[in-house]
Amino acid sequence: MVGRTQPINPWPGVGAAALVAALILGTLITVALRAEAGGGFGPADWAALRFTLLQATLSAVLSAALAIPVARALARRRFFGRRVLIALLGAPFILPVIVAILGLLQVFGRAGWISDALGFLGLPPIQIYGLHGVVLAHVFFNLPLATRLILQGWQEIPAERFRLAAQLGCEGLTMFRLIELPMLRRILPGVLAVVFAICLTSFAVALTLGGGPRATTIELAIYQAFTYDFNLGRAALLSAVQLALTAAAALAALRFSQGDGFGAGLNRAIRRWDGGAPLLDAFWIIAAAVFLLLPLASVTISGFAGLFEMPALVIQAAVTSILVAAASTVVLLLIALPMATTIATGRYGIVELSGLLGLAASPLVIGTGLFILIRPVANPTALALPVTALVNAIMALPFALRILVPAARDALERHGRLALSLNMSNKSFFMRVILLRLRPQIGFAAGLTAALSMGDLGVIALFADAQIATLPLQIYRLMGAYQMQAAAGGALLLMILSMGAFWILDRGGRWHVEA
Amino acid sequence: MLKLDNCTIANSNFLLRADLEIEAGTSVAIIGPSGAGKSTLLETIAGFRDLKSGQIFWKGDDLTARPPGKRPLAMLFQDGNLFPHLSAEQNVALGLRPNGGLSQDDLKQVRSALGRVGLPDMGARKPADLSGGQQSRVALARILVQKRQVLLLDEPFAALGPALKVEMLDLVADLIAETQTTLLMVSHDPQDALRITEKTVLVADQIAHPPIATAQLFENPPPALRDYLG
Repeated sequence: MVGRTQPINPWPGVGAAALVAALILGTLITVALRAEAGGGFGPADWAALRFTLLQATLSAVLSAALAIPVARALARRRFFGRRVLIALLGAPFILPVIVAILGLLQVFGRAGWISDALGFLGLPPIQIYGLHGVVLAHVFFNLPLATRLILQGWQEIPAERFRLAAQLGCEGLTMFRLIELPMLRRILPGVLAVVFAICLTSFAVALTLGGGPRATTIELAIYQAFTYDFNLGRAALLSAVQLALTAAAALAALRFSQGDGFGAGLNRAIRRWDGGAPLLDAFWIIAAAVFLLLPLASVTISGFAGLFEMPALVIQAAVTSILVAAASTVVLLLIALPMATTIATGRYGIVELSGLLGLAASPLVIGTGLFILIRPVANPTALALPVTALVNAIMALPFALRILVPAARDALERHGRLALSLNMSNKSFFMRVILLRLRPQIGFAAGLTAALSMGDLGVIALFADAQIATLPLQIYRLMGAYQMQAAAGGALLLMILSMGAFWILDRGGRWHVEA
Repeated sequence: MLKLDNCTIANSNFLLRADLEIEAGTSVAIIGPSGAGKSTLLETIAGFRDLKSGQIFWKGDDLTARPPGKRPLAMLFQDGNLFPHLSAEQNVALGLRPNGGLSQDDLKQVRSALGRVGLPDMGARKPADLSGGQQSRVALARILVQKRQVLLLDEPFAALGPALKVEMLDLVADLIAETQTTLLMVSHDPQDALRITEKTVLVADQIAHPPIATAQLFENPPPALRDYLG
């Protein structure tokens, strides 16, 4: 925008960013200081590095490439159940990892539906373990995120643009080049960078579907260094490599997302007049829906019986999980909203970088660092739940910012000058313009955080003793004890809680916004 | 009196010089070829752009370093004059209480301003549910409650039809006469200038010339204006 001043006080955002950076870098330094020298970067570590880069690249490219036709089809088709489908597209990403892997194994696994069907035809079962299993799971988790981010880009194109293009008689490729390609060029690099970074630090997928010398990620190697031989030196070394990798991805995302917002368009329903290819669109929508819904359906069917004979332990764990998720969401909003507003001014790239640090730091490293810091002053186990809530909020921060910043930038560009000329205070601009204009994005970010926190199985495993458990941890324990019926029932309950939290918050934000 | 004292305005690719005075209470058109810097001049007076050199005074007060909201002037832009998520009434109320805290008296003022611009029953509507002309009226109602001494118009009615534009200009003329407001209005249409302004500032050749009586200017246009008028 034109001008020297902006109706925004940058300091709360800078302060929040400093706290986040202090927490992430502080814990990392703690781990490094505690580490013992020696060892060095061995052949197994090089293999882990290569595998990490390979699977993350494949996962990011496949997720984004598949998301474009799906998002385009969803953006230009109006059909019965579209709203539900878009909400469900958010499902795999916010699906608790344990539950999702259970579902993927039930569909794609050795004894899964597809292998059974192949058996009927006399073919050998699918081999899901290894590189393709890891990539399959990552695409399953990230295709919906990529689709939603790109779809949001599509929906942020002002309706007036499509009207203008329709009026000019643009169709197909021309329409794509004129309106959609510039949007994709602006959105895609960020999407690729985010998915790549998520896959760099993904841990549970590699643990369950990878493993072994040929399919170990750096993250898994860190975990193994912690749990198997408590070798903090090696873990710290791997963490440093991890941080460097993801910092590079984060910088790329920062660079690629500096584009201008689109011009102003009033809040009218988005409507397009070009025909496109209905059959092709239908194919993409159905294929994506089947791929994403089949594993969920499988978990639902297998968990249904257990749902009605829930042990008291599971109920108790569920209540704990709800409280942790709520606390996590509040903490996230208190951090993310000031940061997003500050980043929107375009003058504090360092704040955005701090927000992306969460992508680079693995929960296990932060958790271990906090464990070491807390142990001299308090019993870490007693703080298991607050620490879990805090770390979950930090982990959700990069996604929340990716959602909030473009909208904040847009609100500032469109309304900043008017607010200044009216002499609105910074606080007033934040409360009456930013918060209200960003309502859909705030709902989306809050829903994502609540669901991710609900399903998280990371830090809590390091901190909790037998007395404390969140629902995912309880399910994990039940699985370890071969109580599969109770575990399946708990998994279904966890899925309902995560999805429910997301649906309520996301729906609440979009209420009355998109007609 | 609004005084631009030896001002130089830098905009990425060109410089604009302005050294002129405008009597308080007059209506002034700012006219000139497109790209000459009419909007730039207005944005500078409003405080959205820094001066490279020189000073801006209003009735002897130095405005040069003041932020936009602290200057005794109100401005309407080419677009984006209303917040789309707020109702007409809330938008107008911002002119009176930019930071909330509306009293019963304030509300009365807001409603009477909406009544004055001809929208007595539209307070609850959002901008998307109003026509272009009605949106302009809401913005003018806000200007009314703002009670600033100078009004800057950067072609806010450019998107309206000729009849509607004339209607809006007449409404503006009435409002500024009632409130004794000084008006600076960017225009590319000589008819607009002749209709409601007494004087005209010609912006051409990187200079904002001192104001000349509008009728006189168009009777005997200088070469730069003649080129523009064709």
